[in-house]
Amino acid sequence: MKSKPELLATAASLTEAAALLDAGADALLIGDDRFGMRLAGHFSLEDTAAAVEMARARGRKVYAGLGGLMPNRLLDELPAYIKAIAEIGVDAAEFGDPAVLAAARREAPGLKLHWNAEMTSTNFATANYWGSKGASRVVLARELNMDEITEMAPKLEVEAQVQVHGMTNIYHSKRKLVESYMAHQGRPITGGSLGKERGLFLIEAERPDEKFPIYEDRNGTHIMSSDDICIMEDLHVLMEAGVHSFKIEGLLKPTAYNVAAVKAYRRAIDAYAVDPAGYAFREEWLDEVRALQDPERELTFGFFYKEQVY
Amino acid sequence: MNTVAKPQYKGKRYRLDKPELLAPAGNLEKLKFAVHYGADAVYIGGQKYGLRSNADNFSFEEMREGVEFAKKYGAKVFVATNIYAHNEDIAGIEEYLRNLHEVGIAAIIVADPAIVDIALRTVPGLEVHLSTQQSTLNWQAVSFWKEEGLPRVVLGRETSLQEIAEIKRHVDIEIEAFIHGAMCSSYSGRCVLSNHFTDRDSNRGGCCQSCRWKYDLFEDAREGEVWVSEEQSAGQPPQRLVPDVTQLPLHQPEDNPFSMGAKDLCMLGSIPDLIEAGIDSFKIEGRMKSIHYVATVVNAYRKAIDAYMADPEHYELKPEWMDELNKAANRPLNTGFFYDTPDHEDHIYEPEEKAAPFDFAGLVLDYDAETKTALIQQRNHFKPGQEVEFFGPDRSPFKQIVGELRDEEGVILDAARHPLQRIRMKVEQPVAYFDMMRKKK
Repeated sequence: MKSKPELLATAASLTEAAALLDAGADALLIGDDRFGMRLAGHFSLEDTAAAVEMARARGRKVYAGLGGLMPNRLLDELPAYIKAIAEIGVDAAEFGDPAVLAAARREAPGLKLHWNAEMTSTNFATANYWGSKGASRVVLARELNMDEITEMAPKLEVEAQVQVHGMTNIYHSKRKLVESYMAHQGRPITGGSLGKERGLFLIEAERPDEKFPIYEDRNGTHIMSSDDICIMEDLHVLMEAGVHSFKIEGLLKPTAYNVAAVKAYRRAIDAYAVDPAGYAFREEWLDEVRALQDPERELTFGFFYKEQVY
Repeated sequence: MNTVAKPQYKGKRYRLDKPELLAPAGNLEKLKFAVHYGADAVYIGGQKYGLRSNADNFSFEEMREGVEFAKKYGAKVFVATNIYAHNEDIAGIEEYLRNLHEVGIAAIIVADPAIVDIALRTVPGLEVHLSTQQSTLNWQAVSFWKEEGLPRVVLGRETSLQEIAEIKRHVDIEIEAFIHGAMCSSYSGRCVLSNHFTDRDSNRGGCCQSCRWKYDLFEDAREGEVWVSEEQSAGQPPQRLVPDVTQLPLHQPEDNPFSMGAKDLCMLGSIPDLIEAGIDSFKIEGRMKSIHYVATVVNAYRKAIDAYMADPEHYELKPEWMDELNKAANRPLNTGFFYDTPDHEDHIYEPEEKAAPFDFAGLVLDYDAETKTALIQQRNHFKPGQEVEFFGPDRSPFKQIVGELRDEEGVILDAARHPLQRIRMKVEQPVAYFDMMRKKK
């Protein structure tokens, strides 16, 4: 009997964290902008402690995102931060850069580690490699298809986490591309934001109906998918495969939307847990998500059913 | 032979006296030119696990021949096995790596830790270099890979010279850095534009360079108070927009479109800085580039590195080296992240002109000093009256006008039309086998 999978959601603030826990999230991913990668929002240590307390009171978990690619200068700040979040009692830290792994081994040997290298976590052997280095979970690339995920699940020596809902990053540069473009136009940005709250997007010349959100932060420029993954209809395939954690990416979404998404997946996971054999997806579970869905962004299966060539 | 072997390269490595000049070789012929023109090592692609699925990659037989050729010059051959593997790729890796080792490949360039692990465990004689695709930026990450048994890390292209020097101070390991050629504007490996736009997997060699496509930039204006563009706000605070406007273009009709395309990297002007930062291997990008490109670029860097190493105190960048480079350049050049984060001057917004200004017209096969005649293998159309330029690894370039052309039977030709045709022509200075003749496009 497989254990009940975890429902993980990203939180942008303490308020959203509370709402998502109320909606039924088993775990929250939060973090500090200095070390995290494309976090939904910034959590100070104080807020992190508050989130942990809030989650703990309900028997839920909090993970800290440290998925950034670190320059040398961050290495000095890293050990103290890792020590602090371990003392606060976060349940795991997500990492991509081996520097985080090394610092965690030294500063917080008991802290669980989740390996997330974004689009480069593409096979079971690499996941198991990081498992042998101390990771207890792998976050699978969103560019994998269903066959690849179900095929690798039994070969994994670590837990698997799969993003089931929300947007994905499709391009990350250290360059400040929006700022550079504006300077090139001769209309440099003066004081205005180029961040997540600005609502910037790109349209590619031959794809007029697709809007790709773009924003800048301390990690550079991020371009996001024009569609939102929604795997709800086939969640049972992933549950059967034994995926341990389903992530709802709440980046660039209002709290009401994320709450609706968490509620929807909560119902599906609970229904499956009660009666796997009799489980059937019900359209109405998605009604609220669809009602709140940005009409300019399609809900799709992402790469779950795509064949890619090279 | 399937037992777990200890990685061989865990011990101390000594800094190379002279940095290695590492050149791309898209096929066997390019390998020979790269080596002859001064590369200390070349990197090539095999038929599997590489990121240039469109290049005419090497068979094991060609690799063997390439290794033999390079050996005569004391040069090494590396193979890029730099994909991010998928489940289906894993099974064949060990055998493939054994074959690489068997044909004499000195090192593999690897992005995926699964391949690193397989190589270290099963083919201990094969050096493993960590690819730039891992986006390694800091000394602790470099130190991690050294502990794993890797003698060399190719850093992410986002590291500055200062950061490289810091890494070298902290970790005794070979550092390789790209110093010339086209660059991903993203963190290498952290871009799936191709996957999204064309279902081609960029991390397995399917990149269709969507970063160089043209985009328009907008701002969502459907709700609430949004920032408006500079000229519209005219210094005013953000305004609530009229209800029927749903998006604001952040470009004027006369503006170039938004692009992520980066200028090409060129560090020829900074050889002393590269050497002083401690970079052990200077890497030139371009397995898809032409023979003319590879020979010209290698030649220029070879001359600059040798000049600096021979006499660092009196070293000066010679304008003719840069002139040479420009004959092969097909994009505007810049210095990437070495000195500062690239800004608006480091990206290409204008329509690209593309294409280097010169073509490879002929290869010198032989020279007869008595008659001052060269035997030339045709590589592109040329004819009497045209200006051509000869260059080679051991000579300064010289220009001349093409005179009478004869085929091998002595028949006079009005033009050199046939690919690989052997042609005799008078040359104004002595030339040698492997010298190249270029012409303006």
